[in-house]
Amino acid sequence: MPSDSALRIVWIYPDLLSTYGDQGNVLVLEQRAQRRGIETETIYVRSADPVPESGDIYLIGGGEDRPQILAAERLRKDGGLHRAIARGAAMLAVCAGYQIMGSTFGGEEGQPVDGIGVLDIASSRGPARAVGELVAEVDAELGLPTLTGFENHMGVTRLGPGVKALSRTTVGVGNGDGFEGCYAGHIVGTYLHGPALARNPALADLLLSWRAGDLAPLDDTRYEQLRRERLAAVLGS
Amino acid sequence: MTQLPLRAQLASALGRSAATLSRMTGRGDGSVIGGRVGLMLEPDLLRQLARDRRLALVSATNGKTTTTRLITSALLELGEVATNAFGANMPAGHVSALSTHKDAPYGVLEVDEKYLPEVLDTTGAGVVCLMNLSRDQMDRAAEIWLLAQKWRRALSGKPTHVIANCDDPLVTWGASTAAKVTWVAGGQRWKEDSWCCPECGGPLDRKDADWACRECTFHRPEPQWVLDDDAVVDPRGQRWLLDIQLPGLANRSNAAMALAVAEAFGLPVERALPRLREVTSVAGRYTTVERDGRHARLLLAKNPAGWLEAFDVSDPQQPIILSVNAQGPDGRDTSWLWDVDYRILRGRPVFVTGERRLDLALRLDVADVPFSLCGTFSEALSMQPPGRVDVIANYTAFQQIRSEFGRAV
Repeated sequence: MPSDSALRIVWIYPDLLSTYGDQGNVLVLEQRAQRRGIETETIYVRSADPVPESGDIYLIGGGEDRPQILAAERLRKDGGLHRAIARGAAMLAVCAGYQIMGSTFGGEEGQPVDGIGVLDIASSRGPARAVGELVAEVDAELGLPTLTGFENHMGVTRLGPGVKALSRTTVGVGNGDGFEGCYAGHIVGTYLHGPALARNPALADLLLSWRAGDLAPLDDTRYEQLRRERLAAVLGS
Repeated sequence: MTQLPLRAQLASALGRSAATLSRMTGRGDGSVIGGRVGLMLEPDLLRQLARDRRLALVSATNGKTTTTRLITSALLELGEVATNAFGANMPAGHVSALSTHKDAPYGVLEVDEKYLPEVLDTTGAGVVCLMNLSRDQMDRAAEIWLLAQKWRRALSGKPTHVIANCDDPLVTWGASTAAKVTWVAGGQRWKEDSWCCPECGGPLDRKDADWACRECTFHRPEPQWVLDDDAVVDPRGQRWLLDIQLPGLANRSNAAMALAVAEAFGLPVERALPRLREVTSVAGRYTTVERDGRHARLLLAKNPAGWLEAFDVSDPQQPIILSVNAQGPDGRDTSWLWDVDYRILRGRPVFVTGERRLDLALRLDVADVPFSLCGTFSEALSMQPPGRVDVIANYTAFQQIRSEFGRAV
């Protein structure tokens, strides 16, 4: 049994939104906490179950249009995630999960669907699917190295005054306006799906530090090898 | 068989010549280019080639090529069979297969999941075999809920006889608009894409093999055929020990589907089953290649469900080489690696290679699976002691290994 002090990672609706290797973000957070001696407890919340409000870090992933609409409906009805955020929980919302956090997003036929309104963003369906590697420079305030990952979506996301852009894209589409993702308080949204944290361990550590304080350094050889290889492949250097 | 119109005969013949040239110049087996040439000259060629034949279409995320081969092997009992044995599973490949065997009264065609509606409309195939649907190379493949929806529309209102795996809820939903369905309980190992009801989105409750939606009436239909470990129970309740040579539970499931398809063609189990037992390797899958006393058995795995099946087949006592690429046919996105549970490999000597070996290396590192990183497959093989080793590779990585040892394997 994990102790009461364990870091609680909550994965929201893996039965609806986990299409693109989203489990990777859970595994990376677990590993990076545990290798620093921080005990973790991971809670997999299926869409028929209530979202606990006492978690530390919430993760929500990507998926198809229909499951996305279902997830938004259920999160709104449930209210647990809203209460968790009000208590200061951290969250990483990816792709379809990112869009849900806003006021609206595009449905199966492009029709506007209500989001859950925890981020000041509005999404809609874009003209073409954005598929491929993405590289972006993170907002200086966060002090993170270059963002690298893979995007696969048709969304366009407009940021309101209540959020800041996570990064400025050098390769790829992201939000559709030269920026990728956003953040506000302890919530980060991104189009980098699946194992975004595997490609960006510093982002994983940022989420962890928001709940666990200062973190000891780790041997990141495997992460760095992959980052170097991907950035070189995409930027051609 | 009725005579093809002159234009179709010409298109078909020129396509075959293009295929021969492609083979002779070492560019591949020629089935795609040959079909393309034929279709360019006569866009209606597939429909004309399909006419007056009894056809089965085979589609799924995994096991298409193997099941196509098993059904073909069975139907050879009845007569000549045209088939796209090398996995060229889009219309050009179908044209090529049918024009190569232009007098064959039977045809068994492997069909890409996305192309099934189009190929069914064009060929008017009498039998369709549907095995499983799971996440697969999402950067280029269609999303699977949407795919099942398209199957429903394509099957609706046609006289097609569908043979479908009722243990896969999404396949069941995709097949259930057909006029006639034979349900096969073929098993489902990968369940991560079917926790929700495809009809209403409610949670699916599962108890053993059975499943039902908690919120609507959608539920598992009663199967006529049941795969029970190493045997199949037919609709009359008779139990048949499969005893096929292809390894693993996934292939026993493919064999169960093949027997049900054979029966739809009027071929009884006692005649079909011995034919299935003759199949030992399919397009290089499960064959063993040898170099300097190292015997490497080749397993293909293209997506998370496929990796589970490969782990089931692989021998836990042997070392294992894993090779992953991310070229176009593999999907350029490697995020699926994070959906595979690699912890099963703990305790085995693991060797990692392929063009995306660093993605796999980090994945294994996070799963606490120790491994050796190798620049090439040859290097990985040379690190083995003489004896047996299993190899799991995704699509282009698998083809690279095959061509290194000669495509004949």
